[in-house]
Amino acid sequence: MEFKDYYTTLGIERDATQDEVKRAYRKLARKFHPDINKEADAESRFKEVGEAYEVLQDAEKRAAYDKFGQNWQAGQDFDPPPDWDNGFEFSGGGYTENDSSQFSDFFESLFGAQGAGGGAGPFTGQQRQYSGKGQDLHAKISINLEDSYRGTKQSLTLQRPALDESGHVITRPHTLEVNIPKGVTEGQRIRLTGQGAEGMGNGPSGDLFLEIVFKHHAHFTPDKRDILLTLPISPWEAALGATIPVPTLGGKVELTIPAGSQTGKKLRLKGRGLSTAKQVGNQYVTLAIMVPKAETETETELFRNMEKQMSFNPRSNLGV
Amino acid sequence: MKTDLQYTVFDEENEYSLRELCSMCRVHAQFIQDLIDEGILSPLGAGPREWRFAAIEIKRIQISIRLQDDLRINLPGTALALDLLEEIEELRRSKRQLERLQVPEKY
Repeated sequence: MEFKDYYTTLGIERDATQDEVKRAYRKLARKFHPDINKEADAESRFKEVGEAYEVLQDAEKRAAYDKFGQNWQAGQDFDPPPDWDNGFEFSGGGYTENDSSQFSDFFESLFGAQGAGGGAGPFTGQQRQYSGKGQDLHAKISINLEDSYRGTKQSLTLQRPALDESGHVITRPHTLEVNIPKGVTEGQRIRLTGQGAEGMGNGPSGDLFLEIVFKHHAHFTPDKRDILLTLPISPWEAALGATIPVPTLGGKVELTIPAGSQTGKKLRLKGRGLSTAKQVGNQYVTLAIMVPKAETETETELFRNMEKQMSFNPRSNLGV
Repeated sequence: MKTDLQYTVFDEENEYSLRELCSMCRVHAQFIQDLIDEGILSPLGAGPREWRFAAIEIKRIQISIRLQDDLRINLPGTALALDLLEEIEELRRSKRQLERLQVPEKY
């Protein structure tokens, strides 16, 4: 198990006041909240910050944690001494509403897995309830644009909270084979009925909400149902018109470029976006004219000829 | 491993009543009313009984709940955050697209 330096996590000194702890936590919680921060590690950072705050906001837990002093480095292999918590009493509250099942093994070895708020917490956030239905879970699922274009199946492993025989909250890995239907879009939710946390008593299980996130694509940019592509073309293709191959999520297609096209001109490939049975997505191709370098004598001569024979002033609208 | 899970995709095609929405997001109708008053949700239909909510709005409800629980943001702040998040998303998209319009070093 790795030692966790909660002071470093919150970016504060070991002698920070309780007010400083609170301010640092609030600032970082805003920064790393997974609904706000789109970085891949935002959710884990958010949880780390919540865990650090859980310990440092409470004078007793903080004092116990401080007993380790500065001899420990973050990441160092760590086992708590058997009597480390002598003289401290954690049963009497002091826990935040953060969901302890999300905390690290390090936290659990020191402060126990149970006891904190009881379920409502970071990124599983639901109103507290007593109906017996299990908690709803939220997770992100990263897929490729091609997966949405065609529809796919993906297996996904989640840490799902459950109660063990003695009633403690534990997490169990749970693998699901998820159908990703054709035409899902970024940020869209898929609800998997009954795949959330187990219910209390005979209550039904909660639901699992998956949020679709697209992996970065080398060429295509998604815009809701549409797919955007910048297509490099030659000056003669632009000037004379041409039929050229264009990549789409479904493979290569031929696109006709009208004569006299300019950089920035947008052409539509109907139905080549993220379509469902009822909704149509298109691919939009934005032309970008690439000018070849004049490297040989012949090439230079060609450009010289154009210069002499074409009366072209690209700056006429600037009045120069 | 389980297959054939029962799933719903929340996209433009699905619509829900107030009752369905409340049970799905596990919130009180008053919370939905508050979000409507704040302009966070805009259902179709004349009154609560006729309201139809686009499934895509479930995302806004879930983010609202989390922002309020996790960051203690009040309702007007939540509305502002949602608007700004959407605007940032738009800007990111056009930035990515513009970056790709730039002439590559080698071609």
